[in-house]
Amino acid sequence: MFQSTYHRAGSVAEARALLDGAEEAKILAGGQTLLPTMKQGLAAPSDLVDLRGIAALRGVTVDGGSVTIGAMTTHAEVAAHDGLARLCPALAALAGGIGDPAVRHMGTIGGSVANNDPAADYPAALLALDAVVVTDAREIPAEEYFAGLFTTALDEGEIVTSVRFTAPGRAAYAKFPNPASRYAMVGVFVAKTGDDVRVAVTGAGEDGVFRHEGLEAALAADFSPAAVDGVEISGEGLMSDIHGGVDYRAQLIAVMAKRAVAAA
Amino acid sequence: MAEVTIKVNGAPVSRDVPDAMLLVEFLREELRLTGTHVGCDTSQCGACVVHLDGRAVKSCTTLAAQAYGAEVTTIEGLAAGEELHPMQRAFHENHGLQCGFCTPGMIMTGIDMVRRYRAAGQELDEAAIRHELEGNLCRCTGYHNIVKSIRQAAGEM
Ligand SMILES: Cc1cc2nc3c(=O)[nH]c(=O)nc-3n(C[C@H](O)[C@H](O)[C@H](O)COP(=O)(O)OP(=O)(O)OC[C@H]3O[C@@H](n4cnc5c(N)ncnc54)[C@H](O)[C@@H]3O)c2cc1C
Ligand code: FES
Ligand code: FES
Repeated sequence: MFQSTYHRAGSVAEARALLDGAEEAKILAGGQTLLPTMKQGLAAPSDLVDLRGIAALRGVTVDGGSVTIGAMTTHAEVAAHDGLARLCPALAALAGGIGDPAVRHMGTIGGSVANNDPAADYPAALLALDAVVVTDAREIPAEEYFAGLFTTALDEGEIVTSVRFTAPGRAAYAKFPNPASRYAMVGVFVAKTGDDVRVAVTGAGEDGVFRHEGLEAALAADFSPAAVDGVEISGEGLMSDIHGGVDYRAQLIAVMAKRAVAAA
Repeated sequence: MAEVTIKVNGAPVSRDVPDAMLLVEFLREELRLTGTHVGCDTSQCGACVVHLDGRAVKSCTTLAAQAYGAEVTTIEGLAAGEELHPMQRAFHENHGLQCGFCTPGMIMTGIDMVRRYRAAGQELDEAAIRHELEGNLCRCTGYHNIVKSIRQAAGEM
């Protein structure tokens, strides 16, 4: 079907060497985005470097209020983790709402954040939780990491190894899924820690995930669904496509923000 | 070529296959296990669902090479001789299929959800079944009898 040389990496260092040594290699994580993209002819890597065999990249670690999720942890594993469900149920619920059960059994958090689809769910969580993306070379704050449509701060061959954040006081994610694809038409992640409120929006921005300063200010003053009513959601910079126009998405941002605040 | 050494329906198999061969191609074309269907080939329909180490995955969106060392179960591996698996029997008794094209994927997905909900101690009620079937499309039945079948089997598995 497609030509590509397959490699199974046993460690991050080996994966990096394989990536650096090949012409146009790509990491293969769960394959739930990459394989469909290759079938459509939108990607044609010369080599695939499979990370599934690297046990160190898998699992959720909860240490006090700090959470670390290995890049190869599947959406199903995040959704079902007891410690995470206690500390940050919003993220466990988000993972449990990605795609469908079969996608969640293969798809990984590392693959999702590396891909940075403008309608993906995890980017909203990472931005609202002020998370850090850890790679084999450095640590990148979410704010700098997400750099536009399908674009991140990752260098060529750089490998995401984990995602780390401090659990918020309260948080929730509300998503309006596209009924056919299950991706977010609009998803809003709200996180409140002390007096600080962060609101991140996915599915709606022309440049991908973004923070909404108007909502953050209003909710920092009054953390209630009613506070959302006073905020003007501008259509500027919002996406318009066959699924919905700018006004529709702006309206969905307000409604999803209210639902998230009510659930937090 | 990639070496694929796996267990399929309990039997060890080892083949050298093209690196980018999909698991569903491996099952259907190498092993002639044609019960696993390809409905869409775009990861949407779930006709190709098999179990990889006991978990439902879309075999059209998995490389055979990714399954290295794993155990794969397909629709052909469910019955014990002449005796159908409770999920197969429930689909038969409840008219849970019409053309049957989606059925292997529905049955593999049904078994997976029953096992997961049981392990988590959660109740698999009708709403949960419908939610769990999000990745499985059926163009014939309207889903009612599929949901009924899975409910019945959940009580018998
Ligand atoms: C039917 C369907 C429905 C879906 N619905 C949703 C949804 O509702 N919400 C949602 O958010 N997503 C959805 N997805 C996407 C899914 O979450 C994918 O699992 C995810 O986007 C990619 O993860 P993966 O592990 O499969 O990565 P892959 O497909 O293996 O890789 C994706 C990209 O990331 C790169 N990459 C992977 N891992 C790393 C790493 N550790 N370091 C650096 N680069 C890496 C790869 O080279 C590739 O370019 C859906 C997918 C399908 C098929
Ligand atoms: S054939 Fe695999 S999901 Fe449709
Ligand atoms: S029975 Fe025909 S597609 Fe489901």
